[in-house]
Amino acid sequence: MKLFSKESLIINSVRLVTYFIVVVVGYLLFDIVVKGAPTISWSFLTDLPRKSGAEGGIYPAIIGTVYLVLGAITVALPLGMASAIYLSEYAMRGKLNQGIRLAIITLAGVPSIVFGLFGLGLFVLFFGFGASILAGSLTLSFMILPTIIVSSEEALQAVPMGLREASLALGATQWQTVYKSVLPFALPGMFTGSILGIGRAAGETAPILLTVAAFFLPRLPSSIFDQVMALPYHLYVLATQHPDTEKVLPMQYGTALVLIIIVVFFNLTAIILRNHFRKKIQW
Amino acid sequence: MNTWRDKAIHTILVGAASTSILIVLLIFVFLGKEAFPFIWEVGFGELFRTKWIPVSFKAEIFGLIPLISGSLLVTGFATLIMIPFGVFGAIYIAELGTETERSFLKPFIEILAGIPSVVIGFFGLVVLSPIIKSAFGLNTGLTGLTGAILLAFMAIPTVITVSEDAIQSVPRAYREASLALGASKLQTIFRVIVPAALPGIIAAIMLGMGRVIGETMAVLMVTGNAAKLTLNPFDSVRTMTATIAAEMGEVAFGSHHYQALFWVGIFLLIMTFGLNVVAQKVLRKYQMR
Repeated sequence: MKLFSKESLIINSVRLVTYFIVVVVGYLLFDIVVKGAPTISWSFLTDLPRKSGAEGGIYPAIIGTVYLVLGAITVALPLGMASAIYLSEYAMRGKLNQGIRLAIITLAGVPSIVFGLFGLGLFVLFFGFGASILAGSLTLSFMILPTIIVSSEEALQAVPMGLREASLALGATQWQTVYKSVLPFALPGMFTGSILGIGRAAGETAPILLTVAAFFLPRLPSSIFDQVMALPYHLYVLATQHPDTEKVLPMQYGTALVLIIIVVFFNLTAIILRNHFRKKIQW
Repeated sequence: MNTWRDKAIHTILVGAASTSILIVLLIFVFLGKEAFPFIWEVGFGELFRTKWIPVSFKAEIFGLIPLISGSLLVTGFATLIMIPFGVFGAIYIAELGTETERSFLKPFIEILAGIPSVVIGFFGLVVLSPIIKSAFGLNTGLTGLTGAILLAFMAIPTVITVSEDAIQSVPRAYREASLALGASKLQTIFRVIVPAALPGIIAAIMLGMGRVIGETMAVLMVTGNAAKLTLNPFDSVRTMTATIAAEMGEVAFGSHHYQALFWVGIFLLIMTFGLNVVAQKVLRKYQMR
């Protein structure tokens, strides 16, 4: 009996530790939602900022983030899907495959600020794009590439071998097999990975700090060589660089809430879609 | 039939897949290209001095030691915090929780993983740092410890997810054999499953540490950013990542300060690269992925 009570004591402590994480995350979300909600209004979302962000809205920052994310996904999605198809369907093993895998692991671990330095050195200075949407999008696309490759590969691996074998046995070429028998089943999973990538790209600050983000730029960009404001950087500026951080606290909470909504929306969509497809396709 | 088309597609796919390798090489080349002139213009040894005074009227000093120690201090304390939460969290989710609990705990952890670091930093600034300040009676809540707590929370999802995979990969027979011998649930978990999954759990902690060292925005916002050599977590510290983020915007391109910041980036890259490669080797060796 004594053993039993000791056992349940330990189990309950482990449970407590686990739920503590939930409570902290819950409190963070609650705090930002409750204090951010009063700031959010139609004009907050659609007005230009005034007085270095103390008044007005965050429209240019939202648009800037949308442009950056669209640019990043346009580059990273085709590249990542093609990489995953090669790794999973064409070269299951071999030197090149090993090299690519090591590269993906390395890329996934590169700190975001180092991506920023790299983007600064390559795109901003060497290619002469300047601090621009183009430089920022490309930097972000390289950063989310591993996410897209890994989840796309997982989706491809989930398609049973039998489908490929049947197609090849009927005389289809490798590409016909991939295109007609594998991709249709893997595509939903592959897009899930891209949604996760979008969420990550939308929230990153460090890479765009050095390659694109404008401190305060109350207008919309006119070309891909323009600088833009971006939501995460705008939050950083309001919270730490603004001369009167106390006074703009509501603006900070409002910006944080909009950013959280965007990022959590993409992440939740990805999680729900993934669970849906895992359940639906049963081989 | 169709062979030319298949060949063309094959070539395109090889090209696409190889870009990952190209990007990694380009990262090394371009960090090196901006950083290396420092060696002959100032001297490699200058990077190992114990003071970081990049802007000065007399003599600038580009010693990376205080920055490296700042990163190690924050990472060390963050690791101490994330180990119990990450490992117990993974044990609970994998072994103890009910199916219903799993179905909401897992998405919750994934949401934590998705919260942008600037938002975590903001939360640390307005909520956590006042708590730290009053709890320990400090002059400021912007300390190494504040950063460590935030970073631990950012790394917990990584530790939980990878540890849970490791625990799940322990063969069912181990569990059944232990229970059949009359061991209790807890004895089975702590004497059989966790030891069997230990390499994976250690790898998970290393991946978490890699994430902590490389994290920028949260530490930039809450650690106070004083570049001094200290082991006291209640001191303000400046990490390597925060230094790059804070100073890169103000340096003249090509100056010694600029080159030194790229050296900070190279050291960061080497540290995270080492942690990641070793962790992945462990995971692959024990087939926990």
